[in-house]
Amino acid sequence: MLRSKSRKVNILEHEWVPKHEVLSPEEAAEVLKELSVKPIQLPWIKASDPMVRAIGARVGDIIKIYRKSHTAGETIVYRYVVIDVE
Amino acid sequence: MDGGLNMAADKLMSEAEVEEYLRKSLANRVSQTMYREILNEVLKTWRKHGLYIDELRAIVDEVVKRYEGSIVEPGEPVGTVAAQSIGEPSTQMTLRTFHYAGVKEFNVTLGLPRLIEIVDARKKPSTPYMEIHLVEEYSSSEDKAREVQRAIETTTVENVIKKLDIDPFTGVTIVLDREMMSDKGVAINDVSKALEKLKLGEILADEAKSTISIIPKGLIDFSKLEKVRRSILSLRIKGVKGIRKVIIQRRTVQRESGEIEEYVLIAEGSNLEDVMSVEGVDYRRVFTNNIREVEEILGIEAARNAIIREIVSVLEDQGLDVDIRHVMLVADVMTWSGSVKQIGRHGVAGEKSSVLAKSAFEMTVQKLVEAALGGEVDSLPGVAENVIVGQIIPVGTGMVELYIKPGLREERDESSQ
Repeated sequence: MLRSKSRKVNILEHEWVPKHEVLSPEEAAEVLKELSVKPIQLPWIKASDPMVRAIGARVGDIIKIYRKSHTAGETIVYRYVVIDVE
Repeated sequence: MDGGLNMAADKLMSEAEVEEYLRKSLANRVSQTMYREILNEVLKTWRKHGLYIDELRAIVDEVVKRYEGSIVEPGEPVGTVAAQSIGEPSTQMTLRTFHYAGVKEFNVTLGLPRLIEIVDARKKPSTPYMEIHLVEEYSSSEDKAREVQRAIETTTVENVIKKLDIDPFTGVTIVLDREMMSDKGVAINDVSKALEKLKLGEILADEAKSTISIIPKGLIDFSKLEKVRRSILSLRIKGVKGIRKVIIQRRTVQRESGEIEEYVLIAEGSNLEDVMSVEGVDYRRVFTNNIREVEEILGIEAARNAIIREIVSVLEDQGLDVDIRHVMLVADVMTWSGSVKQIGRHGVAGEKSSVLAKSAFEMTVQKLVEAALGGEVDSLPGVAENVIVGQIIPVGTGMVELYIKPGLREERDESSQ
């Protein structure tokens, strides 16, 4: 059989997955100030999201995402890690 | 410009000078990518023809003008614009559940039915399929690609047998088809190993005659004969669960080293997680049209990309030209909450907060009565409710509100005295 369980699959390298990065509390405060928003007003990302787990973020963190954009080359967006309700 | 001497003084002398000027006048006003792109273009021109500072200034002014002109203004109803921009062309799409694909072996839902499927955020698309790219070693040779194909494609007992007899007294006799077995890359051991899982009885494999017999412990119940037969036929010998058929496609792709031939697998059915861990598969480039699966395995950001890709491919396929920004907005809104939410009749999976807006849609009286009984408050946040009460709607210039900071005023009064 060709299939092997030991093969490492790193989802971070998948073409559809943009780079995610956890912000330090200082950086997070700066971002929130710049955008003048509360964390809850940012787009959310669930704590159970595979990417959140892969980069080791926790509930309450803010994640910086470097999206590849079709119109602007690269854009930066932020998501707020929330507890998933479902 | 009045004289040749002055002109010479205005000429930009070095690349560093050009860069410096651009950085000062442009870097903080447009996005990073755009800045880099413009810098490259300007440097190219500078090397070829040289540039005067006035010319560069004119370029910068034009760039800034165009850039600022293309930015959405605060208060612009982008959602409504996106809805109309996607909605109008989609009236020209095929309304039938029409099946067609680039490959004649497959049926893939396209057109309006597919668009509705994406926007509805269904659990599973009606025709799931995957595009599986292979690592270089496998993608360049057809034989190697076939190896991966066999590993992924589900092969059931039914695919490799000539005959299946079930006798309630003597048990099951299976006559295997050697040709099919070698085609699918299945050995007789694989079949008997798979049959063990059914726990029907003792399995005797005869390699020479290529038959397998199963001797049951007791009698097979007459009423269960058909059930046993079906369970044997549909027994999976190998392959990835959920993938029915895999075909190999040959493509020519552009690389730095020139045009090369590449083998890509297209699979009917979808199982992202398992396919990614098959050897020979380039897990970085395994794609599926099942958005929920992408969300589950790769996360919400990948799901957003999948939504954009799927919608764009539907629109492109129908020859409709819709600006990708509208599609991106749809994808953003659908993934806002961290999971893929559908856009249904009531908006994005959400209830509108306004009582008046809700009652404007359906069951007007019931909704008003319910709200009255529940003592709900309507703060008139949206458009519909403001139209109802006859106020300026909060769109465009209507969004601007004026606040007075009383503290500030006192300060100023004091200082003017």
